[in-house]
Amino acid sequence: MEKTLVSIRFGQRGGFWNVSLSLNRGLKDRLTGHMTSVLTLGAALLVPLMGLALFLRARPILAISPVKELLLSTTWHPLEGAFGFYPFIVGTLWVTTVAMIIAVPPSLLTAVYLSEYAPSRVRALAKPLIDLLAGIPSVVYGVWGMLTVVPFVEKAVAPTLNRWLGFIPLFRADNPTGYGVLAGGLVLAVMVFPIIIAVAEEVIRAAPQGLREASLALGATRWQTVKHVVLRQTMPGVTAAVVLGFSRAFGETMAVLMVVGNVPRVPRSIFDPAYPLTALIANNYGEMLSIPSYDAALLGAALILLLVVLAFNTASRLVLVRLVRNESE
Amino acid sequence: MNRRKAEEALFKTLMVGATMFVLGSLVLILGTVIWRGLPALNLAMLTQTPKGGYYLGKEGGILNAIVGSLYLAGGATGLALAMSLPIALYLQIYAARSRAAELARLALDVLWGVPSIVYGAFGFIIMLWLGIRASLMGGIIALALLELPIMTRGMEEAIAMVPFALKEASYALGATRLETALKVVVRQAMPGLLTAVLLAFGRGIGDAASVLFTAGYTDRLPDSLFSPAASLPLAVFFQLGTPFPAVQERAYAAALVLTVIVLALSLISRRLAGRLTEHVIR
Repeated sequence: MEKTLVSIRFGQRGGFWNVSLSLNRGLKDRLTGHMTSVLTLGAALLVPLMGLALFLRARPILAISPVKELLLSTTWHPLEGAFGFYPFIVGTLWVTTVAMIIAVPPSLLTAVYLSEYAPSRVRALAKPLIDLLAGIPSVVYGVWGMLTVVPFVEKAVAPTLNRWLGFIPLFRADNPTGYGVLAGGLVLAVMVFPIIIAVAEEVIRAAPQGLREASLALGATRWQTVKHVVLRQTMPGVTAAVVLGFSRAFGETMAVLMVVGNVPRVPRSIFDPAYPLTALIANNYGEMLSIPSYDAALLGAALILLLVVLAFNTASRLVLVRLVRNESE
Repeated sequence: MNRRKAEEALFKTLMVGATMFVLGSLVLILGTVIWRGLPALNLAMLTQTPKGGYYLGKEGGILNAIVGSLYLAGGATGLALAMSLPIALYLQIYAARSRAAELARLALDVLWGVPSIVYGAFGFIIMLWLGIRASLMGGIIALALLELPIMTRGMEEAIAMVPFALKEASYALGATRLETALKVVVRQAMPGLLTAVLLAFGRGIGDAASVLFTAGYTDRLPDSLFSPAASLPLAVFFQLGTPFPAVQERAYAAALVLTVIVLALSLISRRLAGRLTEHVIR
């Protein structure tokens, strides 16, 4: 390393006197290290910062009613200062649960197929297409939902299920429009396909080849190998993939908003309309500053979303990180 | 013996079926958007801003939204790039295998999963602090934060692929970490870095929930950083919300324009990555 940290050089170049100030190379290197580390720290602190900012803005709502009442009350009358999140939380849970029930089986089957069975040509073709599915903007999913999924639910699914299973309240179709929990769940399911497939496929492929060979050598069929060896080995990672998909569905806004009906009532059947938390925020941001405490309530809804997604995401990421680390050791 | 074979065949059929179902849904989405959007698309849609009575079905176009979206996503991608590249270099070159880097990576992964509406709400709070209204600037800040984890993780992956021997050779010649990063690693990882940038741009241009709060909506082209800006996703959303079929048709056309932009970006990044890889040492 050179001894001087900063050097000033005088030199003649092209007939002009020029003065150049140059930092010592080592110093430049260390300075960059410090600056980039500060930036990285800033990015890492972004999530806690978001939580803090939302909490501070949402705090006035806690002065009006206690947390328990906010979460469990069903009355939502912003003008009278009554903010019960219960119908919205339950709405989110309904739509997300339906989405996961629809999404998980095909996603996992596809992930296993692509990682264990598919010839490399099929894989090379299918993977970019699945990535493409992840890149489609959520309003476009919404448009597709309104044009295709809602009429499908209204004209085909609702009458059929109502006729054969209508005696079960869950499948009773009182809502004639098609906009509701099932439509929202179907659209969300397609949106989380690429997430679950991508993560699960990667996890399954990372399972040690030797385990597969040992199982096949014992005379097991490929499916038996998958079922008893590969999936058992990769269960934590596959679960993490599903949880990541769940938290994506939990926070999705535009596409759901467009097909779910937005009626602030607790749904009783999969054909009833629902009103998820995300839709609540997006539909009412315009009036948020004109009604007292409304902004605190809506930002409080955003805080609930952030906390739930944070918990699920952190848990699944920790599992995935550990798996990858075990793999490399 | 036969039961095992039958089970094997059954599940293989199910798997192929599931894969076809997933790919079929992609075809169905693209097909629906093209089929409904194409008839409503014309040159005036792409080259004019909304005229009086546009939202009742009179003439005009969505140029305001196209330009607004390009400004928003362009500005956000620039801002995110200025933060992402240094962070990715720090994580891979300066702090490669440290505990701090692990934690930062975890934080970025978690950030990736934060719903876009929460970015919108957070952007809105920042705007209140800074005292700016819904504007291009507000939208750019919210979108840049949304793009940050996508771009950083993408870049990091690209940088991690650079062969260790190249770095070692550079260090052995007496280069500092900074010199190695800028002159060897960045050059070598260029295709991957560009892919990450384009991916983030595509995510930014398609996101609606975060700009809903922060960028506002206007029929005019934005003329400064502090004037409101329209965006394509919101153009789709608002036009669908009107009760006039003629305007809803235009929402489908706007959705088609947005889809084409996103697909084109994805294709370009694939081609670009392929072409630039030719000059990369392996």
